[in-house]
Amino acid sequence: MPAKRQKLIILIVLLMAFLSNSFYLYTNLPLKYSASKKDADSGKLIWQKYNCNACHQVYGLGGYLGPDLTNVYSLKGKDYIQAFIQTGTGAMPEFHLSKKETKAILAFLKDIDESGKADPKTFTLKNDGTIEQ
Amino acid sequence: MEQLNNKISTSKLFIIAGLLLMAMGMLFGLTGAFQYIVTGFIKEYLSFEKIRPLHVSSVVFWIILGAMGGVLIYLQQYTGKKIFSPLLLKIQFGIFIISIAAILISYCAGIFGGREYWEFHPLLALPIAAGWILFIINFVKSIGSFKNQPVYVWMWLTGIFFFLFTFLESYLWLFPYFRNNVINDMTIQWKSYGSMVGAWNMLIYGSSLFLMEKISGNKKYAHAPIAFLLYFTGLFNLMFNWGHHIYTLPTYPFVKHISYAVSMTELFILGRIILLWRSTVSTARKNKNNTAYRFLMAADIWIFLTLLLAIAMSIPAINVYTHGTHITVAHTMGATIGINSFLLLAIAYDILHDTCIPINQNIKWLNRGYLTANISLLLFWVSLIIAGILKAKWQMNDAKIPFSTMMNQLKPFFILFFISGITMATGFFLILYSLMSNQIKCYFKILFQNRRQKQSQIPRLFALE
Repeated sequence: MPAKRQKLIILIVLLMAFLSNSFYLYTNLPLKYSASKKDADSGKLIWQKYNCNACHQVYGLGGYLGPDLTNVYSLKGKDYIQAFIQTGTGAMPEFHLSKKETKAILAFLKDIDESGKADPKTFTLKNDGTIEQ
Repeated sequence: MEQLNNKISTSKLFIIAGLLLMAMGMLFGLTGAFQYIVTGFIKEYLSFEKIRPLHVSSVVFWIILGAMGGVLIYLQQYTGKKIFSPLLLKIQFGIFIISIAAILISYCAGIFGGREYWEFHPLLALPIAAGWILFIINFVKSIGSFKNQPVYVWMWLTGIFFFLFTFLESYLWLFPYFRNNVINDMTIQWKSYGSMVGAWNMLIYGSSLFLMEKISGNKKYAHAPIAFLLYFTGLFNLMFNWGHHIYTLPTYPFVKHISYAVSMTELFILGRIILLWRSTVSTARKNKNNTAYRFLMAADIWIFLTLLLAIAMSIPAINVYTHGTHITVAHTMGATIGINSFLLLAIAYDILHDTCIPINQNIKWLNRGYLTANISLLLFWVSLIIAGILKAKWQMNDAKIPFSTMMNQLKPFFILFFISGITMATGFFLILYSLMSNQIKCYFKILFQNRRQKQSQIPRLFALE
């Protein structure tokens, strides 16, 4: 059996590394906070209110029934998205969103679109197995 | 010690409630799978954005309740003492049952507000966290000393504390500072989710090790260096390999590099499985008539298959192809059904089979269910992988056909997925029937016996008067 002290040291080192990593991420988030994103922020809450993620993905994470919406704003445009939201589709219910809610969802999708590209074709694969965006 | 055999104790109720949630989860899952084949099926009543969380939450709570039940019962068997506070345990059970019911009802009513996997309104997260704190109090007070404990106690403690930490962390989005940008939000979201899965795995794997010790009678393994080496490898992965969920997210590169490197330590676990394959097979032969062991054996095979897929997906250059496709779903299904559910069923069998009604009467059905579930799961898994490969091909194609056309092309595999889902659910229902029916029969047998005893005491009392 490894010595009691050895086990404790390994545990403490791992815990310290985990907590330091967590603290670093909380205090140095990848992107800086911007107070000017009110519409996008309420759009995110509406996205959650109607559980859009059950069918749609953002950066490949979410449901599989509908398409990934990361870059739908620049690819299809505002009017196209608005039409889908208002009428629904064969699989997607009509959610009866108010004008304010539709505006917020559009702002949210625009914000996601500006954050980066999700199309896997745009990634460069390196020999060591890593990727470059 | 809380009576663990004939009486349906509170700890046992966690397992029984978990099994019921598993049954519900399968029914919701099949409905959702059918919506992939018949677009818009019962859309007016239970559209996909309701069915998916109903399925996911039922299954996640089956895993959580099953894991808690296993830990609570094995903890009492390990210490040989009663749980610290049976009252706290009852309150904890009540909190979980009421919260889960409220969550499932809210989904049916279309009330959401949370994020993927915890789609319920954030207010409902409060009782879940409170119930978990009661679990921690009861566990810590019952275990007493932390000195010289076997590896499964370390795993239980790790799982219990990390679950609470990651659960609270997954709600940091409530603060605008964290949710203000999708990149920040998703980085923290998947940091918490990745570790949370590792936390409940610690609870389940800990109980499985305890069960293995019971079956083999070998108490040395749980104190052996190799057991602790595997535990620390698991802990290392729990803490740092979550980045593989977000390789395609433009977040910090160091998050991805750490995850890639850490995930490769799982090769050590994979290598060990291969190395010990022969001795595992001979032990399996020896224990082929032990039902709990057979469930553990099935989980062992699924650990091997899922780990192979997980390691491949942890290489960013491969992940680019598999990410966002049904290969990820195949991995999740392999892990939650093939590993977690089979391990929990082994634990459930060990805990539930010993009642006043022998389970032998049902063993034929249980064996049929076991076989059906395993074969169907393999078909289910393969159909998802093929669908995933085809979607990956579509994702990488320059001249893309529309999404709906691609989904139509995948339909034959969704049909195979649905049919194998039905047969798999049938197999699991046979297992659940076998496990539950003797519990119910025994409950009523004791109830009637007690009544008869009371009735026979009445004339005697009159006679005394």
